[in-house]
Amino acid sequence: MAANKFKCSVCGYVHEGDQAPDKCPQCFAPKEAFEKIEEGAPAKKGIDTNSNAYTIIYAAVMVIIVAFLLVFVSSSLKERQDNNVVQDTKSQILASLNVSSVDVARAYDDYIKMDWLMNEDGSLVKNDGEFSTSYKGEFNSGRLHIFQADVEGDTKYIIPMNGLGLWGAIWGYVALNADKKTVYGVYFSHASETPGLGGEIATEYFQDRFAGKTVMKDGQIVLNVTKFGTAKDAECQVDGVSGATITSKGVNSMIATVLESYKPFLLSK
Amino acid sequence: MANNKEVFKTPVWLNNPVVVQILGICSALAVTAKLKPAIVMGLSVTIITALSNVVISLLRKTIPNRIRIIVQLVVVAALVTIVSEILKAFAYDVSVQLSVYIGLIITNCILMGRLEAFAMQNKPWASLLDGIGNGLGYAMILIIVAFVRELFGSGALLGFQIIPQSWYTTNGGWYLNNGLMIMPPMALILVGCIIWVHRSHNKDLQEN
Repeated sequence: MAANKFKCSVCGYVHEGDQAPDKCPQCFAPKEAFEKIEEGAPAKKGIDTNSNAYTIIYAAVMVIIVAFLLVFVSSSLKERQDNNVVQDTKSQILASLNVSSVDVARAYDDYIKMDWLMNEDGSLVKNDGEFSTSYKGEFNSGRLHIFQADVEGDTKYIIPMNGLGLWGAIWGYVALNADKKTVYGVYFSHASETPGLGGEIATEYFQDRFAGKTVMKDGQIVLNVTKFGTAKDAECQVDGVSGATITSKGVNSMIATVLESYKPFLLSK
Repeated sequence: MANNKEVFKTPVWLNNPVVVQILGICSALAVTAKLKPAIVMGLSVTIITALSNVVISLLRKTIPNRIRIIVQLVVVAALVTIVSEILKAFAYDVSVQLSVYIGLIITNCILMGRLEAFAMQNKPWASLLDGIGNGLGYAMILIIVAFVRELFGSGALLGFQIIPQSWYTTNGGWYLNNGLMIMPPMALILVGCIIWVHRSHNKDLQEN
């Protein structure tokens, strides 16, 4: 009767005998580390998984399967995702009015009365296209959106804006009062600013600093964000986020650039 | 295997992926400035590690040795993409929360480490437990680090103010948030402290 063979799983030492040794003589691994080697079936027959043909076919099949899987998942969920993006955009627009609601679609219809586009002379025409979810593209192609909202009988104008922070895109919606000269509320968000620093522009305490500030004075855009602790003119200056100077500057230049383009509307009666 | 329990338990503390295997340090720095992203990231990594471990374990006998890393990477990337698509469709808020971290999960060394070291040699059930165990071990360290960083860096936990406003110097008090806590180096220092505590508890891990 041939003795059984045991292989140490740690160092590969092969022991012959009825039982595995208490300790591996080579690496002192415990008894449990030994695995019994089954005699009689030394190498399982089947395809050689290391051959070139197998490797190439394996890779090709894997890629095709994964590709179909991803296409299937993405196309079957597309509608839901697009709908979510629309809802999210609407809730961000509402956030600039300090309105938050579980039923975003209904709240949006309640508050937002019109989606305008601004002409070069500052007059407004109705947006005949669909509701857009990318105001960066719209802004770049010269379609300047203005949302007209109605908050308890008062008219507010909401201007979407896009800019650059420290690490990536930042965007927001600024709601102006009916006189087009003072801020009613703002909403900012960001793609990848540092949490706790630049990320703070998405928090309420920062956004609350904007309420009531003056946007336009003597035909100039005066609303600006300064380095933390240096806001002197309480009328139009807003303190940036402490420790996030570059993100704050990004917010500042975003507001300046976008409002400059909206000047004809802001100056119109 | 009789020691499935061990497979699950050891990575949580004794063989913790972050403080012993030193895997996944990079993402531990990135997401721990606040508690909430740390929790979300910890859970996501747990789910993805468990799932990819099972898939690789099922395929382990068919995978050609020479392209095994690529196969592992494809499985992880496909899983992460599918999970992120599903989140976008059914839990949009969570997917917005995760935004940048989704990419970080694919490159997380814990996944590749566990796939290569464990799932390639073990049965699916053991691999599932190993994946969950390692994910939880990672999540635990993340949560400890984020707890300290958010508490002392922002004076809050999960966004709720813990340190009373009246203590702050801006309101005439004596307290100031520690700005260093928010910075990435502090995460390294904290992980170092955890390793210190961990090693003094587990003497056999100490090196000469």
